[in-house]
Amino acid sequence: MKYLHLIWAALLRRKARTVFTILSVLTAFLLFGLLDTVRTAFNNVGGNVSGADRLVTVSKISFTMALPMSLNTRIQAVPGVAAVSYANWFGGQYQDGRDFFPSQAVAKNFFDLYPEWQMPAAQRKAFRDTRTGAVVGENLAKRMGWKIGDKIPLQATIFPQKGGSNTWVFDLVGIYHVSNPEQRGNENNFWFNYDYFDEARQFGQGSVGRYAIKLTDPKQATAVEQAIDALSADSDHETKTETEQAFTAALVGQFADIGLIVGSIMGAVFFTLVLLTGNTMAQAVRERIPELAVLKTIGFSRRSVLTLVLAEAVLLLAIGASIGLFLAGIAAAAVQTQIGTQLVLPPVGATEWLRGLALAAVIGIIVGFLPARRGMRLRIVDALSGR
Amino acid sequence: MKRGAASQLRNSAAAVGYFVIPVAIVLFSPWWLLLAIVAGVAALLALTRAGRQMLSVTRIGISTIPQRLGASSVVVVGIAGVVAVLVALLAMAQGFQQTLRETGNDETAIVMRAGSQTELNSVLDHDTAVLVSQASQVMHGPRGQPIASPELVVVASLPKKATGLDANVELRGVGERAWDLRPNVQITVGRKFRPGLRELIAGKDAQRQFAGIEPGSTVKLNEQVWTVVGGFDSGDSHNSELWGDTDIIGSAYRRGSSTSSVTVRLTTPEAFDAFKAALQADKRVQVDVSTTRSYYNAQSDTISTIIRILGTVVGAIMAIGAVFGALNSMYAAVATRTREIATLRAIGFRGTPVVVSVMIETLLLALLGGAIGAGLAWAIFDNYTASTLGSNFSQVVFAFRVTPELLWDGLKWALTIGLVGGLFPALRAARQPVTAGLREL
Amino acid sequence: MRTLVEIRNLSKVYSRGQQKLEVLHHIDLDIGASDFVALMGPSGSGKTTLLNLIGGLDSPTDGTIAVGGEHIERLGEDALAKWRAANVGFVFQFYNLLPMLTARRNVELPLLLTRLSAAERRRKAAIALELVSLTERAEHKPSELSGGQQQRVAIARAIVSDPQLLVCDEPTGDLDRQSAVEVLTLMQDLNRDHGKTIVMVTHDPKAAEFAHRTLHLDKGTLVDSPEQSAA
Repeated sequence: MKYLHLIWAALLRRKARTVFTILSVLTAFLLFGLLDTVRTAFNNVGGNVSGADRLVTVSKISFTMALPMSLNTRIQAVPGVAAVSYANWFGGQYQDGRDFFPSQAVAKNFFDLYPEWQMPAAQRKAFRDTRTGAVVGENLAKRMGWKIGDKIPLQATIFPQKGGSNTWVFDLVGIYHVSNPEQRGNENNFWFNYDYFDEARQFGQGSVGRYAIKLTDPKQATAVEQAIDALSADSDHETKTETEQAFTAALVGQFADIGLIVGSIMGAVFFTLVLLTGNTMAQAVRERIPELAVLKTIGFSRRSVLTLVLAEAVLLLAIGASIGLFLAGIAAAAVQTQIGTQLVLPPVGATEWLRGLALAAVIGIIVGFLPARRGMRLRIVDALSGR
Repeated sequence: MKRGAASQLRNSAAAVGYFVIPVAIVLFSPWWLLLAIVAGVAALLALTRAGRQMLSVTRIGISTIPQRLGASSVVVVGIAGVVAVLVALLAMAQGFQQTLRETGNDETAIVMRAGSQTELNSVLDHDTAVLVSQASQVMHGPRGQPIASPELVVVASLPKKATGLDANVELRGVGERAWDLRPNVQITVGRKFRPGLRELIAGKDAQRQFAGIEPGSTVKLNEQVWTVVGGFDSGDSHNSELWGDTDIIGSAYRRGSSTSSVTVRLTTPEAFDAFKAALQADKRVQVDVSTTRSYYNAQSDTISTIIRILGTVVGAIMAIGAVFGALNSMYAAVATRTREIATLRAIGFRGTPVVVSVMIETLLLALLGGAIGAGLAWAIFDNYTASTLGSNFSQVVFAFRVTPELLWDGLKWALTIGLVGGLFPALRAARQPVTAGLREL
Repeated sequence: MRTLVEIRNLSKVYSRGQQKLEVLHHIDLDIGASDFVALMGPSGSGKTTLLNLIGGLDSPTDGTIAVGGEHIERLGEDALAKWRAANVGFVFQFYNLLPMLTARRNVELPLLLTRLSAAERRRKAAIALELVSLTERAEHKPSELSGGQQQRVAIARAIVSDPQLLVCDEPTGDLDRQSAVEVLTLMQDLNRDHGKTIVMVTHDPKAAEFAHRTLHLDKGTLVDSPEQSAA
């Protein structure tokens, strides 16, 4: 728009001041982007958060307690259940344990419940057919340097084999890819055949850690949850069934109120930022009162003077925010290499950008408001004579 | 022209020499040395002529701060924010680590199945537990029984008071000798549980976190009713646990006679090596042996390291932002005092006193900001209790610990920011051509 | 000559706290179209105040000002702004150019308030700069121009949207003799060849000689009586 060069000229009036202010804004939004990514990563720690049409059934007492295999057919028979599968946490350790990843034993049909994980049909079949077969996510395979056909040994931390050996060896038969970048954390998993696990394990045969259920209709979630739990009511293996999202959220909630921590830090950061940019804007406008008066003599309306100053503040913040968010993306990638596989940071995506820029606009309006009003309200005669 | 450049260089060197290097050194000194240095510098300022020059220039500068309240508050608040966030996060890490470290000592050892790393993953059969408690390095009680407690660690799901949502609480089945093993455990309410019964006692922090486990209440575990008969305080991370009889909990969780670990009291701390060697040489068992100190230290390391890294990264980024804010403010400060500075220099003050005065002013503002930030962190966060998911996949309650070392660290960061943010404006003040400044009059 | 500016019974009172300062008392004045009037008077006589009122920068306490038939004393702040944009150009003692803009951009400023395209704006600014003989300095910033050149840029800015009235407050007050003559000659040309009506406040009698007539103000009243100029 035609007034842009005016706003730009105003910012360039004191280059050093503008540069330093933009740098401060930049660091604030760099933090914002980073922390927001970390927060999203924690929310995805349990796995996916897409399946509103999937339920999880675990033991009501504690999800470290096992459930009997007999529940499988009984759950299948519940109306509203499209498919049932099961899984058991294995907790294996790879080599010296420095690169940790979750490993679980799953039923042959497990991947049918996760169509959003893309794996060639041939590999799915190989998993079903290979007793010692294992499937991993693309991210994990890349990080470990694994290829299809590799033999991968894991040390058991919970489940030794019947002979007393702690070493379980698997054949990598499948690698899947998750297209949604926010759920790419799911590629960090190691899945293998439950049958192999159940046969060879020292204790706990015939029990599973959890059931995964696919609903025919997501809107019937509550009814199906209750029906499934009713199956085991008053037995020695009472269950608790909830949506995958609720399950993951509860798990993350136990770790920390990440939202609170991130929110508090960003609160402190943005408070400081408002003070800093507010000061800059106040200074800038104070210096330019005579110029704003001249604009008014030329015939610029009060509203346009107000808008010019506000736009200056918003532009200042928008520039700093954009660079900061961009750097946050780079920083997130750098941090990822340091923390390894334990936590997968999603890239700084469209949502973060939108949130960040909206925040920049709001802060710009807040810090620009008083100076803009001052400019709007100046009395031409007084301002020109230097009063 | 050349003479001007030379004197500028001299002023810059003076700034660096007189000020930056000493302050940088000071930041790495222990506090008593710092105090001595500050006393020395104060004496220098008060007693030498050059020093008095610097003081008078500084006084002029500081007297104009009320006119520059906005810019000055940017420095103070910016630095306060950095220090507050940094100290808070580091206090979180410190508190978590300390809580867990206090739980272990060198007199007791813990034995788990080889490779399990944490009690929750470990499964020991009854024979192994017996074998461990019969080792010769295990201390015996007054009636000749080995002070060894086979313990079973499981996880129960109870609603948290704060959120109403279910969270994991650690349930520990302890053996009869557990009280000899841990003499620090006090029963604060009610009584101990009776072996053979479905009775529990709740740790102080577990009671605070979870609903429905006050002494006298009942809990339903696996369709069985359990009674909470008392509360205990152990002064360490066991306070986040529920305790009961190993055998009864074992049957409730269908674990038969197997346990997670055996914790023993050693005859002497030095006996640990022999204890470990003996068990690892024994072909009948496959176990990992460590002192409780090193076990609990390891448990806390991962999480506290992550928090420390997070705190340092966040603090560093905020600090950079604060530096730019300080640069802005101090450049503005120098600009508004162009006239005064030029007059001083025209009168005959050399560049150095001006540089020093700007630096002192910045450092004072930084110190104020650091003190406010540290004070805030201490006031709000010291002993603030929080809980997180520990290594046994259950809630561990800990308190933030704002230690004097952390506060001093925070102040050091503040001073460093002030140093960096004030140096260039100070040099600019010294280098301003006198004539340009006087023209402002 | 038809009358462009008709002032009747104009008074201006400033309130500073409790005190009331009566700066202009019951002024009656006519200024014809294409007239070039100089306003002189000692410091505190109210000449700048009168100029500000004629230019629509301020509103009177009492009386009427009609410019081109429009009564501007009734207009509110925003309406006055619009009126000024279309009808008045200002020239100040200290030029008041925006320091970060080039001469061309400074001259284009009033055109930003119109609906003209960017190309049109450039064209009109170029014409104005040509008129003040500063075409080759169009891309220079004010800091790169001499005082006289800056004032000429200010004049170009004042005329670029072709207002009927030029209001000048001590336009040569900060210039050396030679630049002052250049500027005043330029103003004369604008008045004679382009029909611009000019009201100029000055304390310099030599500057006043460039005008058609001079009015004197003292303590808020006109010392000479207003006269109808011959057509």
